[in-house]
Amino acid sequence: MADALLSPAVGATMWIASAGAIAFSSARLGREGDDRKAPLMGVLGAFLFAAQMINFSIPATGSSGHLSGGLLLAILLGPCAAFLTIASVLVVQAFFFADGGLLALGCNIFNLGLLPAFIVFPLVYRKIVGGDPSRFRQTAATMIAAVLALQLGAFAVVLETVGSGISALPFDKFLLLIQPIHLAIGLLEGAVTVAVISFVQRARPELLHAAVGVPAVRGSSRTPLLIAFLACAVITGGCLSFFASKDPDGLEWAIARVTGKAELKAPEHGVHGALSWLQEKSAWFPDYGFRPAQAAAPSAEPVQEQTVNIATGASGIIGTTLTLLLVLSAGFLLKKFSSGCRSPQSMKKTLLTKAAPDFR
Amino acid sequence: MVSMDGALLDLKRLDQLAAGDSALHRLDPRTKVLATLVFIVCVVSFGRYELSALIPFFIFPAVLIGLGRLPAGYLVAKVALVCPLAFAVGIFNPFFDRTVLVQLGSLGISGGWISCASIVVRTALTVGAALTLAALTGFPTICHAMVRLGMPKAFAMQLLFLYRYIFVLAEEGGRAARAREMRSCGKRGRGPGSYASLLGHLLLRTWQRAERIHMAMLARGFTGVFQGRDNARFGTADVLFLLTWSLLCVTLRFNNLAQILGSLVTGISS
Repeated sequence: MADALLSPAVGATMWIASAGAIAFSSARLGREGDDRKAPLMGVLGAFLFAAQMINFSIPATGSSGHLSGGLLLAILLGPCAAFLTIASVLVVQAFFFADGGLLALGCNIFNLGLLPAFIVFPLVYRKIVGGDPSRFRQTAATMIAAVLALQLGAFAVVLETVGSGISALPFDKFLLLIQPIHLAIGLLEGAVTVAVISFVQRARPELLHAAVGVPAVRGSSRTPLLIAFLACAVITGGCLSFFASKDPDGLEWAIARVTGKAELKAPEHGVHGALSWLQEKSAWFPDYGFRPAQAAAPSAEPVQEQTVNIATGASGIIGTTLTLLLVLSAGFLLKKFSSGCRSPQSMKKTLLTKAAPDFR
Repeated sequence: MVSMDGALLDLKRLDQLAAGDSALHRLDPRTKVLATLVFIVCVVSFGRYELSALIPFFIFPAVLIGLGRLPAGYLVAKVALVCPLAFAVGIFNPFFDRTVLVQLGSLGISGGWISCASIVVRTALTVGAALTLAALTGFPTICHAMVRLGMPKAFAMQLLFLYRYIFVLAEEGGRAARAREMRSCGKRGRGPGSYASLLGHLLLRTWQRAERIHMAMLARGFTGVFQGRDNARFGTADVLFLLTWSLLCVTLRFNNLAQILGSLVTGISS
């Protein structure tokens, strides 16, 4: 999920849902008071990064994959701790690897953290494993949970994207595109998780018992609360994105509600008046033959405001190019100006490139 | 995904940029976080077909990079790495949305292409802003700022722990991968069995490391909270910075500067 595909309404809703879950999990962990978990979660989060460096080749395809690890963490740590760990990994990825973006962070935490840790793990994995963790049951539960987690996540991406209305992909086509891919990914993820878990079970079985045993009893009473919480999030999300897609966008909708009119009307005098006067004086190509396509069309029917904006294409494109040039030159000038005094950054850069260890 | 080795080096470089000393680096981290947030919300709140009005927003990363003495080429390259992904998502738009919105002579540009370009520009803007924030502030400082803005302490601790050990563990994972590559003639290991045991061993080592860390922390009197230094104050410069950028972003949100400039130059009124 990326910032560019999100409308603010959907982004904000998912942020609220994810932030609520983070607050809930943090409070829960604080109450458990098990301070062994703090370093364990941190280091296991870093382990996910390390595990991504070790690829495996997928048989018969020539491509390679790696563990993404949400379900593995849930099995090892329990839902709350696993959720916080996944969320923290996503935060770091958003800041430093430019995955997604800051607004999409809420969505990503929801899709990749909340769904596997709070929905699939307690409602599917634990139900199947039950009180009797036989080998076969555990394998089946892991596979099913991995596939379900990825299918749910992919479905959430589709809902969020379509609800935002930035991408023009229709709902059904997008669904057909994304779900089969994630079925394959889910199967692989499940297989890797099974392999790693069974390895841990042979090498240090007490880790799994310690991790699974304790929260299983306490976790069950919270499940209804979480389901209610999720339902609230989905319903508010649905409502908000309904408004968002009916109107040009959420912000404008909010403004219309606040000010009581559809658009902030530009005053005829003042800045706009002065600008139109200036415009007559300053035009480089007065009366040049750029004719906007839809300016001639009768504008009686309510055309969307973006359409009208775009219709004045030529001047828009020229203005855009000019603005881009202006902005870039402003940046360069500022840089020139401020690096007039010797910048410590340039020194650091040369140091860094010299001192950088060769990883090959 | 690019190779993790390269990504790790990149991460170190981004981290070291935050140690710079410019007026922007010295601002209260909360100011920068909030300004970036306003910026991102303004950018993503535009409608699907908006393209020209997005362009003036490049002023935000450009000015921050200029004033903060950040290496522009490096940051632009990082953003450029993400843009193909955004393009891959947006490329479906031209197939589903074929209504012609702009007519330039005989060339008609459909709404799909415009919204596709809009998606790429949005990605560049939002990702650029996030990277600039990270490069100007540094991750631990952002975490402390977020705590003061209301993020739960337990989550902040998790983020700081994670950030500290990414470097350690990613190097360990890299070593393991390289060792495996050398023992299997440059291929990726010897089948799923060896992969699982390699990953499992890494997991067990990680677990033991966590136990050692925990004991070391207890020995040093860990009480459940990190003691961060908290000397950032919200000063006049911060208020000025936040107000200026918020006002500018909101103004640009409601006035299409590129369009106005274009009308000035061409004489076509919108």
